[in-house]
Amino acid sequence: MTVELEDRDRALLGGGAGDGAALAMRLVVRMAEVARASQLRDVTRAHIDSCLYHGQVGLDFAERLLAGGGSVAVPSTLNVSSLDLLHPELVLLDAETRGRAKRLMAAYVAMGCRPTWTCAPYQLSDRPSLGEHVAWAESNAIVFANSVLGARTNRYGDFIDLCAAVTGRVPDHGLHTDEGRRATVRFRLHGVSDRLLDQDLLYPVLGHLLGRRAGTEVAAIDGLPPTTSEDRLKALGAAAASSGSVALFHAIGITPEAPTWDAVAGLGAREEAVTLPDLRAARGELSHVPDGAEIGAVSVGTPHASEAELRRLAELVAQARLRVPFYVNTGRAQLAAIGGIAGELADAGVTVVTDTCTYITPVLGEVTGPVMTDSGKWAWYAPSNLGVDVALGSLEDCVRSAAAGVVTRDEAIWAG
Amino acid sequence: MDGRFLVEGPVNGTALVLAEPLSFWGGLDPVTGEIVEANHPQRGEVVTDRILVMPSGRGSSSSATVLAESIRLGTGPAGIVLGEADEIVAIGALVAEALYGVTTAVFVASRDGYAAIRHGDHLAFAP
Repeated sequence: MTVELEDRDRALLGGGAGDGAALAMRLVVRMAEVARASQLRDVTRAHIDSCLYHGQVGLDFAERLLAGGGSVAVPSTLNVSSLDLLHPELVLLDAETRGRAKRLMAAYVAMGCRPTWTCAPYQLSDRPSLGEHVAWAESNAIVFANSVLGARTNRYGDFIDLCAAVTGRVPDHGLHTDEGRRATVRFRLHGVSDRLLDQDLLYPVLGHLLGRRAGTEVAAIDGLPPTTSEDRLKALGAAAASSGSVALFHAIGITPEAPTWDAVAGLGAREEAVTLPDLRAARGELSHVPDGAEIGAVSVGTPHASEAELRRLAELVAQARLRVPFYVNTGRAQLAAIGGIAGELADAGVTVVTDTCTYITPVLGEVTGPVMTDSGKWAWYAPSNLGVDVALGSLEDCVRSAAAGVVTRDEAIWAG
Repeated sequence: MDGRFLVEGPVNGTALVLAEPLSFWGGLDPVTGEIVEANHPQRGEVVTDRILVMPSGRGSSSSATVLAESIRLGTGPAGIVLGEADEIVAIGALVAEALYGVTTAVFVASRDGYAAIRHGDHLAFAP
C-alpha cells in the first residue's frame, strides 16, 4: 500500500528541513506502511519516552537526529530519564552510564523538548483535551490519554515518538480513528462489593487482570462507581498496559467517550464476567509475599504520584514511625506544587525521587527482603528489573507495613 | 509462508516459539539475549540468532530500544515472526537497520501460517 503524502511531507523527506527531519519522516512513512495507513495526520503535541537511557542505541539515534538539524515541530514533553537531576545522589549508576544518560537528556532538550521528566504528563496543567490527536509514548501515559482524557494516540514507542515530534505527523489509523476506539470486549464486574470498589488497591489489581485478558484489545469495564478518581484510573491503566498492551479502556459511565455501553460497543463484542475470585487470583499473580514477612523497603508512586497522592502520603506518615527505607516517585512539577509538604515527607523519613523511577534505575541499592508497593506496574516489572520479591498493598498498608517492618495488610477487603 | 513483512529481510533460522508475548523491556537482557521476564513461561531461553515467534508484542513502549540495542550488540534474534502486526517491534528493527545497517526481518504470519509453526522448526523464507 502506498501512503498518500502531502507536499510538506515530501519536502521533509527530501531533506528540506535537514537530514534529521528527513530520517524522522522516512521512519514515519515506514510505520504508516507497517500499519497499512493510507495517509498521515497532524498531531498537536508529543510525549517522548526515548529520553530514558537503555543503551548506546538511544544515544546514537538522538544524536543522529540532532546532528542532522532535528528539532521538535510540536510542543513536546519528556518522560522519566535514568537520573534524578534534583537529587543526583539517589541514583546509584556508574559514572559512565550516568554520563551517557545525561548526554541523552541534553540531546532531547537541545531538540526543543520541555524538561518535564515525568511519566505522568497528564498531571501537568496543560494537557490534551477530548478528541485531540497527540503522539504519546510511555504505556501508562498512552492509556491515560486515550481512556481518561479522550485524546487520541496510538501506542507510540521509543524512536517513533521523536519522529512524530520532529515531523508533527503520524500514520492515520488505529486509535486515531473512530472505528479503532470501539470496544471489542466488555468486562462486567460481578459480585464485587461496594466496599472493595471503594479501595484504591482494587484498581491496580483490576488493571492487571484487564491486561491479562484484553491483551491488545480495546476493553470496556462495566460496574465501576461513577465517581472513580483519576488516580484510580491511572493505577488501573498503568497495570493494564504492563501485563497487557492495553492502550484504551472505556469505563462505562466514567470515561468521556463511554456514557453508555452502546456509545463504545464494537460490532460482535464479547462479554466476560470479572468476579471476586478472579480479582483475588490477579492479586496473587502480582504479590507473592505473605503477610508477616519482613520487608526491606517500600516504593510507591508508579506512575508518578499526583499532588493528591503526595498529600495523602504525608498525612499517613505523619502518624507513623517508618522502620524501613520508604521511597515515593513523583514529577518535579508535583513536588513543587506541594510546597512545604515535601519537608514533612522528608522529616517522616520518606525519600522523594523525581525525574525517574525506582524500578528503572538503581535507587534502592542492596535491599534485604521483599519490597512493598501500591503499584501494579511496579509489582509487575520490579521482580525482573531489580530481582526483588514484591508485596502489593494499598498506600495505607504500605505505611503500616513500613512502620511494623513486616507485611501488614487489610485482608478483609478481599472477603466475599 | 503466508503473511507480510513489516521489515523486509531474509528469515532463516530455528524457531523459538513463545507461548506468551514478551515485553523486550524488562523481559529481554540485551547484553546476553536472555529472556528474563519473571512471569514468562520461557524465562531463561536465549533469543540470539533464533527466529523469535510470538503472538504479539506486549507492554512498555521502551521495548523498541531494547530490541534495537540487542541488535546493535549482536544478541538479537535472527528474525521475528508475529501473529499480529506490532509497531513497537517494527520500529526497533527499522532503527537498528538505519543506524547500523543490520537487517532483522519482522514478519506477520497469517493465522494458519502462525499456527503451523512448531518450536524448533527450521524457517527459511524471504520477501
